[in-house]
Amino acid sequence: MGIEEKIPDSIILTTLDKMVNWSHRRSMWPLGFGLACCAIEMMSTFAPHFDLARYGMEVMRPSPRQADLMIVAGRVSMKMAPVIKTLYEQMPNPKWVLAMGACASCGGVFNNYAILQGVDRIIPVDIYVPGCPPRPEQLMDGILKLYDKVDKESLKDKREDWGRRVG
Amino acid sequence: MEEQFRGFIKDQFGEAVIREDDFRGEQSFYIKPEALIDICQAFLEDNELQVRFLSDLTAIDWLGHERESEGRFELIYNLYSLTHAHRFFLKMHLPAEAPKLASLCDLWPGANWMEREVYDLFGIEFVGHPDLTKILTPDDLEGHPLRRDFPLTYEQPQFSWNKDEPPEVIR
Amino acid sequence: MPEQKTVTLNMGPQHPSTHGVLRVLLELDGERVVKATPVVGYLHTGIEKTMESKLYYQALVCTDRMDYLAPMSNNLGYCLAVEKLMDIEVPEKVQWARVCLAELTRIKSHLVWLGTHSIDLGAMSMLLYTFRDRESIIDVYEACGGQRMMTSYIRIGGLAHELPVDFDKKVRRVVKQVNEGLVDYENLLTNNEIFINRTRNVAVISAEDAIAWSLSGPMLRGSGVKHDLRKANPYSGYENFDFEIAYGEKGDAYDRYLLRLKEMRQSLRIISQALDGMPEGPYRARVPGVVLPPKEDVLYKMESMIFHFKIITEGFKAPVGSVYQAIESPKGELGFLITGDGSNRPRRVRVRPPSFVNLASLPRLVEGGMFSDVVCAIGSIDIVLGEVDR
Repeated sequence: MGIEEKIPDSIILTTLDKMVNWSHRRSMWPLGFGLACCAIEMMSTFAPHFDLARYGMEVMRPSPRQADLMIVAGRVSMKMAPVIKTLYEQMPNPKWVLAMGACASCGGVFNNYAILQGVDRIIPVDIYVPGCPPRPEQLMDGILKLYDKVDKESLKDKREDWGRRVG
Repeated sequence: MEEQFRGFIKDQFGEAVIREDDFRGEQSFYIKPEALIDICQAFLEDNELQVRFLSDLTAIDWLGHERESEGRFELIYNLYSLTHAHRFFLKMHLPAEAPKLASLCDLWPGANWMEREVYDLFGIEFVGHPDLTKILTPDDLEGHPLRRDFPLTYEQPQFSWNKDEPPEVIR
Repeated sequence: MPEQKTVTLNMGPQHPSTHGVLRVLLELDGERVVKATPVVGYLHTGIEKTMESKLYYQALVCTDRMDYLAPMSNNLGYCLAVEKLMDIEVPEKVQWARVCLAELTRIKSHLVWLGTHSIDLGAMSMLLYTFRDRESIIDVYEACGGQRMMTSYIRIGGLAHELPVDFDKKVRRVVKQVNEGLVDYENLLTNNEIFINRTRNVAVISAEDAIAWSLSGPMLRGSGVKHDLRKANPYSGYENFDFEIAYGEKGDAYDRYLLRLKEMRQSLRIISQALDGMPEGPYRARVPGVVLPPKEDVLYKMESMIFHFKIITEGFKAPVGSVYQAIESPKGELGFLITGDGSNRPRRVRVRPPSFVNLASLPRLVEGGMFSDVVCAIGSIDIVLGEVDR
């Protein structure tokens, strides 16, 4: 009826939000660094048998400047906390944080002077994956849930956020 | 084997040995802190016993225990003879005020980090150590975590929500 | 402007080849390393302090999370130390099962080491092979403790529960798979010219120096010192097993690589022996008031239930005194010094961390060498930062 009939087959109509989210979601590169036990499970997730490459994100970036997703895999000590914050700030927008495991989420079994009681005290966390350490399936599930979250994002909400950070 | 080690230390440093302990079959000698370097050197240079391996070095805080009367800090040196596969311990007590001890870095380079760790976590000073600085804890942490009067849980105010409140202390 | 001769380069704490959060400050003169200063503590967890505030049973949980590549070895070391403190004899079957699990752990740890070490040196595909075989060991872990890594399966006085029904079958499958895998690794690396060039005569340490620096495990044996705690001071019934100590000659990174491969083969031998001769018997010692009674008894016997309740709620009281128990963990001499003070919590738990002591020798290994060899040296020490910093 409308304009759709007139345009050729190679053109698809969508909203800008959907397209941006789709491209964010499909090319999410995690920052390749591990802290503790969970890092080993993270490696298992990338290794054969679980093979995260199926979701198009096996490219671990060693540099925070090329990464979109920070997987905080393990306990964050007081000494490491400023480093994590710096790493997070070095990552370009848009960026997401996944707190993997009990320690990164809330301090886990280590309720003591040395461990930060949850990485959300220093950086905003998008998704928490419980477990000590979480199974690779759990991590994958967490990442897929994060994709769903990204799908629901809107540029309108982000504009103010990004504008503030840039300006 | 134990007899040989006992004989060696008793012959040369009889007056420095305060008492012996045989808890669970582990040979340990309580010695006077001043004699530590000499005893270690003698063991290191002895060709028969071959004590060449400083396995470990650590401390215990006896605050609030009856053992505190001997001295608050107990230092434990864990020596091992590779040839005889024999392990024994040199133990000594240090007072609560300004605990000090001679460094073993000249005898064993491996003692360097172990002493730094004890310094960091217990606040025991090692005289003659080349680089006695904090090793494990952050630079801005005050106090020595493994002392018994250091609270287990108290968030340092660096990223804190409890900056102005008295900390919840869990021991 | 004053002439500057050296460049200071910061490596880490976020660096893919530091195996965690190690930081090394390097002073470089061109490509040569003049001075290297490792900075540790970025994963300081306060585990020793935490264990002091826990009951003896609860503290076991912390040991898993220290050397997270070899959790069962840590369990074993801690349990042996507490058993020594409480003077507990464990049944023979427990000893054999523990040996079997500890050796599986050794293989598991070495596999991760092999994968990450060779990735550092450019052999990217090794990780895929080693993690494939590691999964089979994790299957055994999962069957035993229900968890993939932190099983806490070895408990004070025995095991958490009976060995799984298909334990024998599962472990034999691991033995077969790792045996085949080892052939793959050797084909890929042992005669690989690039690998040899990167590791031969790199990070060399002599036998005298290795002893003076208190090194242990593959670092010590790689330099030709024939010392293995499993042979020298046998624990948990290692004297019943027939195996050889692998050792190197030159003390370089390549020797340590060969040695670890040999160690894996010896571990497979030990595992096979343990499976063949696994005795029958209870899976936990019977020491009322100290060791948890078996679950079957707790359900049907009054006294057992009371003991169970008392141990869980208030633990047991240990005598005053210190014991030290060292085991040969995959990284070296892992020692637990546990001091009881008459209460139900330990006065002090000291872990003698092999990685920490081995890492202290890093400046000795890399100073004077090339910059790119630092990565190789760090890899060949086989550090686990969780254990270094605790």
